[in-house]
Amino acid sequence: MISLAGRDILHSWGKFVFTGVGLGLLIGVTLVMAGVYRGMVDDGKALLDNSGADLWVVQKDTLGPYAESSSLSDDLYRGILAMPGVARAANVTYLTMQVKKGERDVRAMVVGIVPGESWGAPGWPPYLVAGRRITRGHYEAVADIATGFKLGDVLTIRRNRYTVVGLTRRMVSSNGDPMVFVPLKDAQEAQFLKDNDAIWQSRRRTEANPAFNRPGVPGLLDTVNASQASSSSVNAVLVRITPGAVPDEVAQSIRRWKRLTVYTRTQMEAILIGKLIATSAKQIGMFLVILAMVSAAIVAFIIYTLTMDKIREIAVLKLIGTRNRTIAAMILQQALALGVIGFAVGKITATYAAPLFPKYVLLVPQDSIAGFFAVVAICALASVIAIRMALKVDPAEAIGG
Amino acid sequence: MMIKGIRIEGLKKRYGSGDTAVDALKGVDMQVEPGEVVGLIGPSGSGKTTLLKCLGAVIDPTAGRMTLGDEVIYDDGWKVRDLRALRRDKIGFVFQAPYLIPFLDVTDNVALLPMLAGVSNNDARKRALELLTALDVQHRARAMPSQLSGGEQQRVAIARGLVNRPPVILADEPTAPLDSQRALTVIRILNEMAKKYETAIIVVTHDEKIIPTFKRIYHIRDGVTHEEAGEGRGFD
Repeated sequence: MISLAGRDILHSWGKFVFTGVGLGLLIGVTLVMAGVYRGMVDDGKALLDNSGADLWVVQKDTLGPYAESSSLSDDLYRGILAMPGVARAANVTYLTMQVKKGERDVRAMVVGIVPGESWGAPGWPPYLVAGRRITRGHYEAVADIATGFKLGDVLTIRRNRYTVVGLTRRMVSSNGDPMVFVPLKDAQEAQFLKDNDAIWQSRRRTEANPAFNRPGVPGLLDTVNASQASSSSVNAVLVRITPGAVPDEVAQSIRRWKRLTVYTRTQMEAILIGKLIATSAKQIGMFLVILAMVSAAIVAFIIYTLTMDKIREIAVLKLIGTRNRTIAAMILQQALALGVIGFAVGKITATYAAPLFPKYVLLVPQDSIAGFFAVVAICALASVIAIRMALKVDPAEAIGG
Repeated sequence: MMIKGIRIEGLKKRYGSGDTAVDALKGVDMQVEPGEVVGLIGPSGSGKTTLLKCLGAVIDPTAGRMTLGDEVIYDDGWKVRDLRALRRDKIGFVFQAPYLIPFLDVTDNVALLPMLAGVSNNDARKRALELLTALDVQHRARAMPSQLSGGEQQRVAIARGLVNRPPVILADEPTAPLDSQRALTVIRILNEMAKKYETAIIVVTHDEKIIPTFKRIYHIRDGVTHEEAGEGRGFD
C-alpha cells in the first residue's frame, strides 16, 4: 500500500516546508527558553564551582552572600582559619553594579578578593585566559571576557580607576552578569564607603552630637569620624576544608563556636537554584506551557486547514472504500511529519541563535529529546480534531446532488 | 463466480418523518444487464441523485430490494455487512468531475483501489496500466492529475471505476464538463468497457448530446422510474 501522507507531502512540499519552518521557529524559541533556564542553573553552579569554596560563612540568619545581603567583620576569617578542618579562609565581597569604561558601562558583579594570596585561594578566578593575576593592593582588575574589556583597559568603579591586568572566563553571577575582580580593600570602599558630601554631612552631625564631642575627652570626635570613614566589612568568608574533612561537621563547628551562619556546597546550591532562580524558573515554565499550547493550536489549525482542503478527496476515498484507519493514519502521519520538520528547524535555529543571546543559553541533549517527544505528542493530539472531522465526512458528498 | 448485472425492485427512500417526510423514491424498478449502458434521466429534484446514492450504498433505502447478480444486497435492509467493501469491490464510480486524488499520479490514482483491496502494489499498477492502455492514456501514466486535460482526467476516472472489475458502474453526469466531441468519446469508451468487462453501467445525465446514444433509458419523475427504448445511435 502506498503512503498517502507521504505522497501528499511530496506533492505540496512547499506548503509543508514553509509551515514547518514557521512551526520550527516557534519550537526554536521554546528550546531557547529551556536553554535560558539551564543557563541560569549552570551560571549558579559555575558561580559556586569557581568560587573555590567548600563552605560559605555569612552573617547570622541570612541567606548571603548571593541571595541576601550579608555583612561580616573582615577579621573574622582569622578565627575561622584556626578551626579544625579548615585549610584556607578568605574574605570576599560581592557587589553588582555598572562598571564604566569611558562612555560605555557594563553590568558586572565586582568581586573583592585578597591580593597577594597564593594562586587558587578561595574567591579567586580558577584560571586566566590572558594577562596576570592581581598582585598590587589597589587599582588592578581581572575581568571576565564577557564584559568585553581588554588587557590594559581602564575601568571606573565609584571614584577610582582600575587597570585590567588579567582576563578570565565563565566567571559569572547567578544572574549571568560577568565578574570583575578587584583588590578587597578597593571593593570594600566601593561597597561601603560614602561619598565626600555624605562624609562631610556625617562629620557635621557627629560634631554636633554632645555624646561624641565632649570637651573633656579630646580625640573622641576624631576617633568616631575615623571609624565612620573606613570600612571593615565583607560579605562572606569563603572556606576551603582540609582533605578528608567532612563539610557538614566543619560547618557545624563554625556555627557553634563563631555563632555565624555557614552553608555547605549542597545548601548553597539549594539556595541559588531553589530560591534565587525559582521565580525565574516558574516564569520560564509558564512561557514553555504557553508556547506548547500555541504550538499545539498552530499545528491543529494547520492540519485542520490542510484536511479541510482535501474534504472532497476524502469523500471520494471513503466512497471508493478506503478504511477510516487509512484516512486517520494519513492525517496523523502528516501532523507528525510537520512536527518532525518543525523540530529539525527549531533545533537548528536554537543551536545557531543561542550564542547570540546576551545571557548564557545552555542547550542540553535531554531537553532536545524531551522536546522532540513533546512535539510528537502535541502534533498527534493536534491531529485529533482534523481526524474527527475527516471521519465525519459523508462519502455521499462525492456524489453531490 | 463473477456477479453480473443489477436488479432493483420497488426501491423506496423517505427523508425525515411525520409531517415533514419527503418520499424521494416511491418504488423504483430497474434492471441493467452485464455489458449494457443505460441512461437515467430526469429533471432536478426527481430523485436521480438519491437513487444513485442508494445504489452506491452510501445512504440507506427505506424499503425495496437490490440484487447484484445472484446476490441480494438489500431487502428491506442491507444484507451485506461491510458496505465499504461492497463499494470498493463491486461498485465502480465515475463522477461529474473526475475527482482524481491530486497528490497521486495517474497510475496510482487507478491502482489505489486494488491496493486498498489488498492487491500488491506491483499487481495493482500492472492492472492500472492495462486499463490506461485500453483507454488510450497510457502515455500519461506518470503524469499528475493537474497536468491532464479534462478528457484525459475523465478517462483516468473511468479506469479507476473499472479497475476492480465491478459488476456495476454508477456514472454521475460523466460528460457534463466536456464538449460534444469529448462527451461522445466518453460514452463510446463506457460502451466499449461495458462490453469488454461485462459491466452494467448506469449513466445519470442531463446531457442532451448523449441521450440519443442509449439503447435503453430510465426516466425518473417524482421518485418513480419509467423505462423506454432509446435511439442507441452510434454504438452498435
